[in-house]
Amino acid sequence: MLGRIVALVVLGLGGAVMLLPFVWMVLTSFRPAAAVFEGFGASAFIGFENYARALTTAPLLRFMLNGVIVCAGILVVQLAVAIPAAYALAKLPFRGRGLLFGLVLAALCIPIQVPALPLYLGLAHTGLLDTYFAMMFPFFLSVFAIFLFRQFFKSFPDEIIQAARLDGVGEFEIVWRFVVPAALPAIAAFSIFSIVAHWNDLYWPLIVITETRLAPPPLGMLYFRDAETGSNYGALMAGATIITAPLVLAFLVARRRFIEGITMTGLK
Amino acid sequence: MAAIGLERICKSFGGTRVLRDVTLAIRDGEFLTLVGPSGCGKSTLLRIIAGLERQDSGSVTIGQRRVDGVRPSERGVAMVFQSYALYPHLTVARNIATPLEMQRLTLLERLPLLRLLSPRRRRIMRGIMAEVEAVAAALQLEGLLGRKPAELSGGQRQRVALGRAMVRRPDAFLMDEPLSNLDAKLRVHMRGELADLHRRLGATFVYVTHDQTEAMTMSDRVALMLEGRIEQLGTPAELYDAPRTLAVASFIGSPPIACIPVRLEHEALVAAGTRLALRAIPDAAILGLRAEAVTPVRHGTPGALPARLSRAENLGAEWLLYATLEGPAPTPVVCRLTAAAHDAARDAGLLGERLWLLPDPARALLFDAEGRRLVAAPLRTRIGAMA
Amino acid sequence: MSLALAAPAPVEPFALRIGHAYAAPAALLLALIYIVPVSVLIWLSLTDYTLGAVDIRFLGLDNFSRALADPVFRRSITNTFAYVAIVLPGGVLLGLGAALLVHRRIRSRSLWEVIYFLPVTSTLIAMATVWQFLLHPRLGPVREITLALGLGEVAFLSDPALVLPTLAAIGIWQLVGFNMILFLAGLSAIPRDLYEAAALDGASGGIDRFFRVTWPQLGPTTMFVTVTTSITAFKVFDTVRVLTEGGPAGASEVLLYVIYLEGFQYFRIGYAAALTLIFLAFILAFSILQAAALDRRIHY
Repeated sequence: MLGRIVALVVLGLGGAVMLLPFVWMVLTSFRPAAAVFEGFGASAFIGFENYARALTTAPLLRFMLNGVIVCAGILVVQLAVAIPAAYALAKLPFRGRGLLFGLVLAALCIPIQVPALPLYLGLAHTGLLDTYFAMMFPFFLSVFAIFLFRQFFKSFPDEIIQAARLDGVGEFEIVWRFVVPAALPAIAAFSIFSIVAHWNDLYWPLIVITETRLAPPPLGMLYFRDAETGSNYGALMAGATIITAPLVLAFLVARRRFIEGITMTGLK
Repeated sequence: MAAIGLERICKSFGGTRVLRDVTLAIRDGEFLTLVGPSGCGKSTLLRIIAGLERQDSGSVTIGQRRVDGVRPSERGVAMVFQSYALYPHLTVARNIATPLEMQRLTLLERLPLLRLLSPRRRRIMRGIMAEVEAVAAALQLEGLLGRKPAELSGGQRQRVALGRAMVRRPDAFLMDEPLSNLDAKLRVHMRGELADLHRRLGATFVYVTHDQTEAMTMSDRVALMLEGRIEQLGTPAELYDAPRTLAVASFIGSPPIACIPVRLEHEALVAAGTRLALRAIPDAAILGLRAEAVTPVRHGTPGALPARLSRAENLGAEWLLYATLEGPAPTPVVCRLTAAAHDAARDAGLLGERLWLLPDPARALLFDAEGRRLVAAPLRTRIGAMA
Repeated sequence: MSLALAAPAPVEPFALRIGHAYAAPAALLLALIYIVPVSVLIWLSLTDYTLGAVDIRFLGLDNFSRALADPVFRRSITNTFAYVAIVLPGGVLLGLGAALLVHRRIRSRSLWEVIYFLPVTSTLIAMATVWQFLLHPRLGPVREITLALGLGEVAFLSDPALVLPTLAAIGIWQLVGFNMILFLAGLSAIPRDLYEAAALDGASGGIDRFFRVTWPQLGPTTMFVTVTTSITAFKVFDTVRVLTEGGPAGASEVLLYVIYLEGFQYFRIGYAAALTLIFLAFILAFSILQAAALDRRIHY
């Protein structure tokens, strides 16, 4: 009994540390600049002004829109490339299949920061810096998705595919109608993983984007910080809240899926 | 060596009553089996004896000592789990040694790195290992002491689980379906081994199974449980020949007993439109016939029941005839014949699509409408005597 | 003609063609995004190329020897390893601890999972900014705590001795929830009857149960969490870029940050390429460990 209480207290303290920044962020975003460091007591509510100020100092909504465009673009191409590739690796014996899979496995170990330099040079050379394409391009291929989907497709019964082929069903239809629906949980979980990872990515956009109007949320937050120098912490926190809100809200709505998706790297 | 007493044990999980007022006295040194279909509460009862579950009400006594609230390891019992529950990261030797380590080493001496500092530990471990080797020899596990459970076969793992239980020299061994993960042949072999072990050790064995063959072949006494209650407690022979209720008769015995509706007509029992050569006992509602309680006879024999043969199974040493009784309520009936009896019947022209089956009065069982068995003197009637 | 009659089932050559078609886009992107760039990277690391330079000289392995002697680079390696040395035990042990505490709870488990996982989904740049204010030596609420503890005003992010541990603490804050979820999955996989057998054997106390059953069963999970945390910690960049820009005086310059500066601020491409390859070597070492850990998990 005592053990349970101690455990609860410890968990509670840890939870408080986890939540402290969020609570502080939102509270501060409601306060006037002078009152910002008054601890947790009640004080004047000027939330509307702070948020208005944040939205006008930097195009925060634009940043979110960029995030949506970039993440959606990346995800669509990732799925369009990975699903057929994974299917081929799992079910279609073709020459070079082993080699391709070996390369996929090798690429799994290479983080994006490694090819970043040559990719940057290539994009600079072709004048494609400061474009949506530049932000999305290196992520079009997700070796993780290929690896994951291949695992799922492999366990799909061969007999169903063979029966469908004998019935004259086209291969594309087989994939689209039978195999993909069976792997939907994996596809959904991966989609969440992809969206969260790329929404929160700073390194690559920092390298290829210099124009404010194209910045995704993390880069936008950086610009916003620089723009909001001075002591209007209320507005700064308002901006931080706006940037953080979408993913947090999405997480609260789809908790299970989120956790499944993001920990896929661990539970595959 | 201890007797185990269970007094009015009740247990519910959530809203479901799993054990209803169970009272059971297990004798010192006996092999008692708790048998019944899944969900009847037998495993729960065993776990309550072990201390892994706490009963809602009622008491448990082990060897004259009330053990309610006593920790499992201090009750003087050892348990063999259905999945064996061997520690996967420990060798066979260390698995068997674990209970002794827990008993004889202090906490400090058990901690992973700190224990290397204790010389006393080394001495004690040597003593423990000697006992482990003795137990391993008794179970023919000597060559396997250095292996891990993943490297053992099912039968070997089971013996390790037994060894871990034996090394504690418990007053009672509790076994939760230990044979159900083994293949059929191994199961038959292990049945003999366990019975042998019981004889050698002389300890109390409480055995849980859903397999009535195991219950019948291994036990001194059997407690058949249905829906949280003990339906009947007795020797295997008692349960087989003198079942208290239809439920007991139906569960015990293979192939299952045939249950034929009967009614009283003019002071005679009638079933399937035939007057039976059995004494008419009032309240009789169901006639229970085991496969060895019927014989095929000539058409016209008084008391013989008409039946249609569905199929005949030839098991080599015996035949099983599966038939359906004709009449208002078609009931399945099985007839068991030795190979010789079968051939004789066949040659006498008694086996065809239509059979006439004569119940053996000495073996027939009568039950009332509530399923209770009606006990009476020999059931032969005047009709039979006159014929 | 007669050959066609004797041919095997028509699926094979068909599958060969389709297979190539389906895998082609991935193969192309694999070449464009990984194979070509990494090859170019290797080539670049052997030159003295800087952006906008007119000629390139071949240097052999000079870039690498220069890196090993470069105090900035060496400092970034020690900084990065110091960071990992804090985040690794902190993240793994706290994640394990949280999982052990949450595991027993039935009704509130969902709630705790949400609370601890929230930092994992948040945008680190924004939250790091919040932490910056929480930890502000003159204006943040943490100042109250340090004053109450008699430590005075603590300059978490501007004191060279404290900056790495502070960044590490923020890093731990962000990944504890992730580790907790992984450990929870590992704990759920432990069969209940192992604990019961241990109880019967006399191991019913918390410490005994932990060392006899929990810790051995969690072995592969722990290994995996350790390697994943190491790799994530090794790739630290965001907090450094946002909060300290490597300061004060390079005390928080980590490997990726130095690579970023060399490649994308100073445009010393050849040198940055060499540094990137060294970075890759470390990551590969960790990844091989990760693959080995996964393998053990499957066979356990």
